[in-house]
Amino acid sequence: MATSIPANVEPFDDDEAVYSKVTFWTRLRRHKLAIAGIVVLALIALCAILAPLLAPFDPNAIDNVHWQGTPLPPCFQDHVLCGGHPLGTDAVGRDLLSRLLFGARISLQIGIYTVLFEVIIGVIVGALAGYYGGWVDWLIMRITDVFLSIPLLPLLLVLTAIVAASSNKAALSFWVIVVIIGALSWPTVARLVRASFLVLREREFAEAARAVGNGDLRIIFRHLLPNAVAPIVVQATLDVANVIVLESTLSFLGFGIQPPTASWGNMLSDAQANLQIAWWAAVFPGLCILFTVLSINYIGDGLRDALDPNMR
Amino acid sequence: MFTYVVRRTLAAIPLLLLISIILFVILNNAPGGPLAPYLQNPHITPADIERLKHNLGLDKPIWYRYVVWLGQILHGDFGYSTSNSEPVLQAIWERLPATLELMGVAFIVSLTIGLSAGIFSAVRPYSLWDYCITTLAFFGQSMPVFWFALMLQLLFSVHTIPLPGGYAIFLPSAGISTTDTFDLGDRIEHLIMPVIVLSLLNLALYSRFMRSSLLEVMQTDYMRTAAAKGLSRRAILFKHGLKNALIPVVTIVALSLPGVLGGAIVTETIFAWPGAGRMFYAALQNSDIALMMGYLLILAVAVVFCNLGADILYAWLDPRVAYD
Repeated sequence: MATSIPANVEPFDDDEAVYSKVTFWTRLRRHKLAIAGIVVLALIALCAILAPLLAPFDPNAIDNVHWQGTPLPPCFQDHVLCGGHPLGTDAVGRDLLSRLLFGARISLQIGIYTVLFEVIIGVIVGALAGYYGGWVDWLIMRITDVFLSIPLLPLLLVLTAIVAASSNKAALSFWVIVVIIGALSWPTVARLVRASFLVLREREFAEAARAVGNGDLRIIFRHLLPNAVAPIVVQATLDVANVIVLESTLSFLGFGIQPPTASWGNMLSDAQANLQIAWWAAVFPGLCILFTVLSINYIGDGLRDALDPNMR
Repeated sequence: MFTYVVRRTLAAIPLLLLISIILFVILNNAPGGPLAPYLQNPHITPADIERLKHNLGLDKPIWYRYVVWLGQILHGDFGYSTSNSEPVLQAIWERLPATLELMGVAFIVSLTIGLSAGIFSAVRPYSLWDYCITTLAFFGQSMPVFWFALMLQLLFSVHTIPLPGGYAIFLPSAGISTTDTFDLGDRIEHLIMPVIVLSLLNLALYSRFMRSSLLEVMQTDYMRTAAAKGLSRRAILFKHGLKNALIPVVTIVALSLPGVLGGAIVTETIFAWPGAGRMFYAALQNSDIALMMGYLLILAVAVVFCNLGADILYAWLDPRVAYD
């Protein structure tokens, strides 16, 4: 009963869904830069997935044969001295290209897992606030106010520094970073979901779903959430880019992914100390971050245009 | 208007209290708590820790400690910075001028260039210039600030760029000055790279907002009316267009200010700029928790007041906003 009636009540919304699915693809295809972004990101993701196959060397192994204490240059600069390392080595003689490939895994995974975590919390909290309103809404909004008032990077640095101080820096594992960044960045998502829910819960289909006796949970997740997906998807995409930059900044400052695990951020941290003798170690990891972040931002921009041109 | 300002200011007080509670709870429930740095020290015995806990009042209930702590904060006592061997507030105060110098110049640069670029591309929408500016702004927002700083150092300090005639651009990569006595040229040379880096993010943000805001205003009826009256392009743009387009931009500018304080941490660290941001980074490495918390608290207060300022400015500039 409960499944057949809402389907009869909201035929209009189903039409709308079909219509918007068609326009979504045509609009997204028109956004050339978003398509370019998808292609570049897919290539980077492929490199990350196939890193163990593609990497010419072990990312953490020191080349004892060629390395004599100074970083080896890339092969296109000096094909004799490079010792077979296509992009040269870092200061302690580890292959730069292999480290870049494995670094891509860290950056993309941190981005994806953190945003997943952030979206789950944000959706639950935002849905509670928007659906129930009243004091629940008031309380949740005040809490998000607090989180949005404390600048993210300094707060992240303090939390990671405290974790590092309480045991040691090795405690800053991949998952600790994911949890810390995710736990601090959900308020934006929560606010978006709340704003959509405030509008959606007053719509006829929500009332109809209530009238046929659906429970709150079912209405929230089955009826309201699917209609609030567009802004969440856009925000989540842009947040993957933000998180990648945040992680690389933390790692660069020494409070993110810890060596010897390669991350683009901590590679740049090593490169800064050797800026005088190894330009390649400073240039390539940064280009990787730039292109990854740029393509994700363009995808986010394209999604925003495609999903709802009025959302800007 | 006056009651509006008073009401908004009063509403900021509970928010500030909540921020202080949350920061206090984070600090006290962090693994190890405020004594974390001592736990690693082999010369400090568990008995010493107990004694320290008692002396610092850490064995009292948390609400009691919060009230005592808040009382101290309100009296300007932010605790003692272990890495600087001086009170927290004094340590921050001493380094604030350098930070404000950097931030101030960066703010002026990003505001003038960002707004002009935004206006420039909005009056020629979808032209080649517009396309270049929007693309650059996108790059600016996607570029990690610290990498941009490294690239500038690489280009202008490590590998100087040769110019025709035997000249070369060389910029100092660290510090605020080379000489002890004040030398304006030297100070400016040291400012150039940190300012470029610190302005980058907001420059991109301002130009994107200015562009979209002005584009929106250009499509309004009153702009068409102004054109129909026979006013010149310049008069329409500056008297009718810009005035209205700047209103939402003012809000974004006010809201972006605290972000500069966060960006200053990275910029000051890379360029060894002797400001509060670099000191904060040193505090992180030395587990100087009192200084970290003090700096965070001051940042949060700055954010709350910038938000407040943005709201009030907006209400004052836009007569359509109702005060009540």
